[in-house]
Amino acid sequence: MTTTAARAAYGLGGFACLLLVMEAAPRLGLVDERFLPPASRILAALADELRTADLWAALAETLRGWALGLAIAFCAAVLAGVVIDAVPGLRAASHSTIEFLRPIPSVALIPLATLLFGASLGSTLLLVVYASFWQVLIQVLYGVADVDTVADDTARSYGLSRWSRVRHVVWPTALPYVMTGLRLAAAVAFILAVTAELVIGSPGLGLRIQIAQSSGAVATMYALVVLAGLVGIAVNLGVRVLERRVLAWHPSVRGEAAP
Amino acid sequence: MSAVARWAARVLGLPALLVLAWWAYSSVSQSFYVPAPPQVARAFADTWLSERLVDDALPSVARLLAGYALAAVLGVGLGVPIGLFPRLRATAEPVLEFFRAVPPPVLVPLIMLLAGIDDTMKVLVIVSGCVWPVLLNTVEGVRALDEVLSDTCRIYGVRPASRLRHLVLRGASPQIMAGLRQALSVGIILMVISEMFASSSGLGYTIVLFQRGFAIPEMWSGILLLGLLGLGLSVLLRWVERRVLFWHWSHRA
Repeated sequence: MTTTAARAAYGLGGFACLLLVMEAAPRLGLVDERFLPPASRILAALADELRTADLWAALAETLRGWALGLAIAFCAAVLAGVVIDAVPGLRAASHSTIEFLRPIPSVALIPLATLLFGASLGSTLLLVVYASFWQVLIQVLYGVADVDTVADDTARSYGLSRWSRVRHVVWPTALPYVMTGLRLAAAVAFILAVTAELVIGSPGLGLRIQIAQSSGAVATMYALVVLAGLVGIAVNLGVRVLERRVLAWHPSVRGEAAP
Repeated sequence: MSAVARWAARVLGLPALLVLAWWAYSSVSQSFYVPAPPQVARAFADTWLSERLVDDALPSVARLLAGYALAAVLGVGLGVPIGLFPRLRATAEPVLEFFRAVPPPVLVPLIMLLAGIDDTMKVLVIVSGCVWPVLLNTVEGVRALDEVLSDTCRIYGVRPASRLRHLVLRGASPQIMAGLRQALSVGIILMVISEMFASSSGLGYTIVLFQRGFAIPEMWSGILLLGLLGLGLSVLLRWVERRVLFWHWSHRA
């Protein structure tokens, strides 16, 4: 048996154990069945949910907020990072502002989002963009600071224009950092998209969880939480695949692929 | 003197400009939602320099710290054995990855169901979100321990307790600190959300209360306070990190 197969087998075993415990605990009366239904009922509820059109519409809403917010934050952060790097003195001057704004938890903006946009896509976008902007910006700033001075001087003495220097020297250096920022931001954006739906009530997966909870549909609520986890995994995997493709030329990825 | 002035200009220059721009905007715009900076400052002083600080802000911070500490202990305590034993790791890791992928806020309604709406629930919510970054980073850190070092330890017959302290925990500490840093921002988010859901005290509750009463300057002052809290905690954590990892940085520099 190869090691990958063994690892997969162990992993499946882990999931089987989890399911077994979740099935046995309520049935044996260790936990109250009203609060933690057996795993089989949760999975059945998930299968039921997946057959309804409402669920897919909610999922599409969540993913739309996620993708749109992430795209806006990503473009804004890359632009801001390059500008901060290009204008002399701006990096030092902006440091304190960034350090102050960054730790403000984006959920603190929930009241503001409610006032400005109500329960709509706009609220979701405000939170998602604010949260993921900083993740990307910090990485872009690390990345552009990492440019090799010799390479930069070489490009300068060969008379490359400012734009070509950004294109051929700064961007390839910063790209691995930018991709890391994108990976972090994608996870954060998904969390905040669901949060906005859950707390403000904009349409999407979070709102359905909220409705399931307030109507006492416990198994459905667990099913939706499981679904949120699965979507989270899909988001992570998707960004990782993208990262490997974009950085296929980079030594860190090439080294991994080598036998 | 001029060095101090230059430092002040660098640190305070852009924030001052931004506040001035905000001020100018608020005096031009008639929007009800954009109060002028002095209004926010007055609301900040009136609201938070009174008993609200004791009644709302301190309990919030206490719950955050309790949940955070519990998550750190749990994360490191579970992460070390999972990192040390490859079979356990292969079994547990996919399950852990799944739990990490669940957005922590969706657990709030679930934990409310299981634990009611008192302080226990809020601490549990914070633990449920903070534990994953710490746990998974600990596993990574322990797994990546230098093999030569562990072999050396074994050959010299270093006892398990000191091996754990001097090799495993110390070797994994840069990763553990990285996990703690990620967990801090998750913790603040969850603190606010758990209070917005069901609470009669706390920062999240108060800010939502102001918003519902259209007390806009007060609402802004609450957002400002959360920002200051986040900033303060991350500065504190960086200070701790520098002390704990001084050997790491001096080694790499």
